Parts: sequence; structure tokens; C-alpha cells
Amino acid sequence: MPPSDTPENTTAPGVGDGVADGPLIVFDQVVKRFGDLTVLDHLDFDVAAGERVTLIGPSGSGKTTILRLLMTLEKVTEGRINIGGEPFSHMPKGSGLAPASESYLRRRRKSIGMVFQQFNLFPNMTVRRNIMEAPVNVLGLSKDEASARAEELLDLVGLGDKIDAHPTQLSGGQQQRVAIARALAMRPEILLLDEVTSALDPELVAGVLDVLREVAETTDITMLCVTHEMGFARDVSHRVMMFDEGRIAEEGHPDQIFGDPQEERTKTFLKSVLENGH
Amino acid sequence: MEFLQAQLPRYLDGAWITLQLTFGGAVLAFVLAMVFGIMGTVRSWLLRAITTVYVEVFRGIAALVVMFWFVFAVPDMTGFELEPMFAAILALGLNVGAYGAEVVRAALNAVPRAQVEATVALNLSWFQRMRLVVVPQAWAQMLPTFGNLIIELMKATAVVYMVGILDLTAVAREVRSGTGETLAAFAIAFVIYYLIAQVLIFGMRLLERRANQKLGRTPPSGGGIMSLLRPPSVGTQVGVAK
Repeated sequence: MPPSDTPENTTAPGVGDGVADGPLIVFDQVVKRFGDLTVLDHLDFDVAAGERVTLIGPSGSGKTTILRLLMTLEKVTEGRINIGGEPFSHMPKGSGLAPASESYLRRRRKSIGMVFQQFNLFPNMTVRRNIMEAPVNVLGLSKDEASARAEELLDLVGLGDKIDAHPTQLSGGQQQRVAIARALAMRPEILLLDEVTSALDPELVAGVLDVLREVAETTDITMLCVTHEMGFARDVSHRVMMFDEGRIAEEGHPDQIFGDPQEERTKTFLKSVLENGH
Repeated sequence: MEFLQAQLPRYLDGAWITLQLTFGGAVLAFVLAMVFGIMGTVRSWLLRAITTVYVEVFRGIAALVVMFWFVFAVPDMTGFELEPMFAAILALGLNVGAYGAEVVRAALNAVPRAQVEATVALNLSWFQRMRLVVVPQAWAQMLPTFGNLIIELMKATAVVYMVGILDLTAVAREVRSGTGETLAAFAIAFVIYYLIAQVLIFGMRLLERRANQKLGRTPPSGGGIMSLLRPPSVGTQVGVAK
């Protein structure tokens, strides 16, 4: 594929400006509670720019909540998230920090994209408009530019012929590939993947993972990926983080985590995933 | 037959007034329903409180009383006379708009949260989210109830004879007292009201079908123009496609 066909873009203004050194994403003592339930418990971790991190762990261990905090779909209860060296969950106010306002969040989250478990395509639009509307309305692209970008990205995900279809006319795997194209059309610097194959029939999983492998190989988008696809995690990620009860139980290179897990909880979890046929 | 031939022009004049009241009231009610319905879903408590006051006041007061108030009380208070037609449209629109606002609010709230989250992930503004995603998806859900409301509105126009407007009902009353043909006088009005209602229902089903097609739900088998004589069997619930 010629370079111009890749959704590579690290020059988008936003989260990573002026921080060649230092981590891109920093969780600093982050606590997230829903009522009495503590989902994330004083969590600390960093993600470097261009790094691909896979989050694994039993359900309810807080993996998805991390992605939702980064997409600003949830707010932290305590602690702070910084992105690109600047506050993200909070905003500067006077000499201190205040919870981020909606307009502050809108400015700061523009380089973050997310793909959801249930795809969440807009059923009132064709595939083309699903991909085009945000680049036109948010990034200010002309309709022609956005349409060309949509065509390019649909070719990338192997659905060039479906551009004028409605989402309801597509299989789950096809819808998810459109959702990936829609997220990439915003040229995100950080891509959040929330169990993107969990809602798919087994025979459709491979197509979606192949697209994501290609994105991983041809771009330097920072990726945080919650998945139960261990083979995929091993192939694309630089680091695997094993979560349990809102904390990191173990983290390391995928070869170490999958080949030689140290923690009992990691061993038990990986065993149960294997037994379930993944 | 002779009776019909002689009186039909008067009835058609009355029906035309009824149509004007229905159309004017519907346009006003639609605008009010959208504005207050959307205001009912925003975070600002003040805007939501304004919506609640509007809805509760005008849902709770008979349109007829509101109309009397515009026609008789407002001139008393301000010395400013309202055209009866205008006052009638205002009263009907305010009344039906209050019901419509609740329909709009419920339909907007029924759009799945996942759809809203997708708009956040694409960094759309509130206005873009409403315009591009939430209102278009809620639209298909509003239409069946809007269809009922416009029929209710059309029938509610029958009260305007009480402020001296010569609508279809007023014509029927005049014809009855003029000719003594009670049965025929009202039978003709029945038929015309019924025909107007059928045209309105047909139009609303057309809109419903288009809305469902836009959401990628094709109409049930057949799908020709005659299928509009049946109510649509497609679900009106907007769901996340699986």
C-alpha cells in the first residue's frame, strides 16, 4: 500500500503537542466509583506515544472504564489523568485545577477515537455519511475531501463497495470495520478499542482483527485495546496489562505475560480464557 | 341529492376553514413541540423548568378556554383585538404543542445512550449531535403519535364556532337550523370530517414510511402505495443495529 493510503497522521494538533519526551497518557492515582462499587482503585500507569497496550482481565476488573474515562464518557472520582503533559480530566483554573468543563473536554478529546463493542454506527445515515459527518462538521473538511477520505478508508478496511449501503444491510463484522474507518477518519492520535470483536460471530472476528493489525503496522497511532483475543494481543501489543479488581495485577511484554505469567491471578485468568476457546 | 347540491358549497367553505385551522394549529404545535421537547432534555434546570410550566399549563387548560381568553379577555386587558382565526390557531397550537412536547422529549430520550456516546467519540458538539443523530433517529418514533395528535387537533377545531368562526361544524349547525334537515345536515359534516382525517392519516403514514426507510428499515412486503392504507408493521423503536 502506498503511504498516502494509510491513515497515518501524527501532526494533528491536540493532545501530544510539544511533548516528544515524557509519556503521552498518565493515570495518576485514579479512582472511579459507581455508588459503593470501586471500579478503579488508585490506579497509576503511563502509556508512551505510539505504544500499543492491551488490557486484559476478568469482567468487572475496570478495563473498559479506563477507555471510557479517556473518551470522557465517564468522569474520574479521584485522581487525575494527564495527556500530552497537560491535565485532561481536569483543567487549569487560577493556580489550581478544576473538573474539566464540556468545552475544555471538547478541545482536548479531539485526537482520541474509540471503537465500541456494539459498533454504534448511526442507522439514519449511509456508510459514507457515517464516516464523513464528523470530519466535515468537527474538522472542517470540505464534503469532497471527507468523501474521498471515506472512500480511502473503506478501501483500507475492504468495504469499498459498501459505501452507499445502510448499516443495517451489513453484517456485524462489516459494521465494525466501518466503525474502525469512521474512527480513523478523525485522524486520532490515540485509538481506544473496547472489546471490538466480542459482539461478532466467530467467523467474522478474523476480518476485523486483520484490519486492526494493518492499522497497527502502518501507523503509529497509540492504541489501548481491551480484548479477549489473546493471539491478537500477542501480535500487535508492546505491553499487556492484567487487571484485577481495579488494579494492575501484572504487566509486561506479551511474550512474558502469555508465556511466563508470574501472578497466580494472571495464570488463572489466562487458563479460563483458553478453556473458553479463544 | 338536491339538498346536497344546494348546500355543498357552504360545507366546502366550512371545510376550508377547518383545514386552515388544522394546518395553522399543526405548524404552530409542531414548532412548539420541537422547541419545548428539546428543551426538556437539556441539562439546564431552568430550561427544563420552563418546559414543565408550559406543558403542564397548556395541557391542563381546555383549548376552548384559552381561545375565549384570547378573544374576550385579551382585548379587555390590553384593548388589542385578536383576529378570531388567529386566536383559534394560537389556542389550538399551544394546546396540542404541549402534548407534542412530551412526545418529542420521550422520543429523544429513547435514542440509545450508545448512539450519544458515539457522537462524543467523534467529538460532535451538542447541536451537531441533535441535528445529525438524535433528532433524525427520534423522528421515526415521534411520527405515529404526531399522527394521532393531528387528528385530535383537526377534531378539536370544531369548538371554534363558539367564537363565531364559520367552520365545518358551524356550517352544519346553520344548515340544520335553516332547513330543519337535522340528519342530513350533520351527516354531510360527518363524511367530510372523516375524509379529512383519512387524508391526514395517509399523509402521516407516508412520512412514517419515509422515516423508516431512512433508518434502513424497509417497509413490509408489497410496499406499494396501497400499503399505506394499513398501519406500518415495522417497529418504531430505534435500536442499536446488531
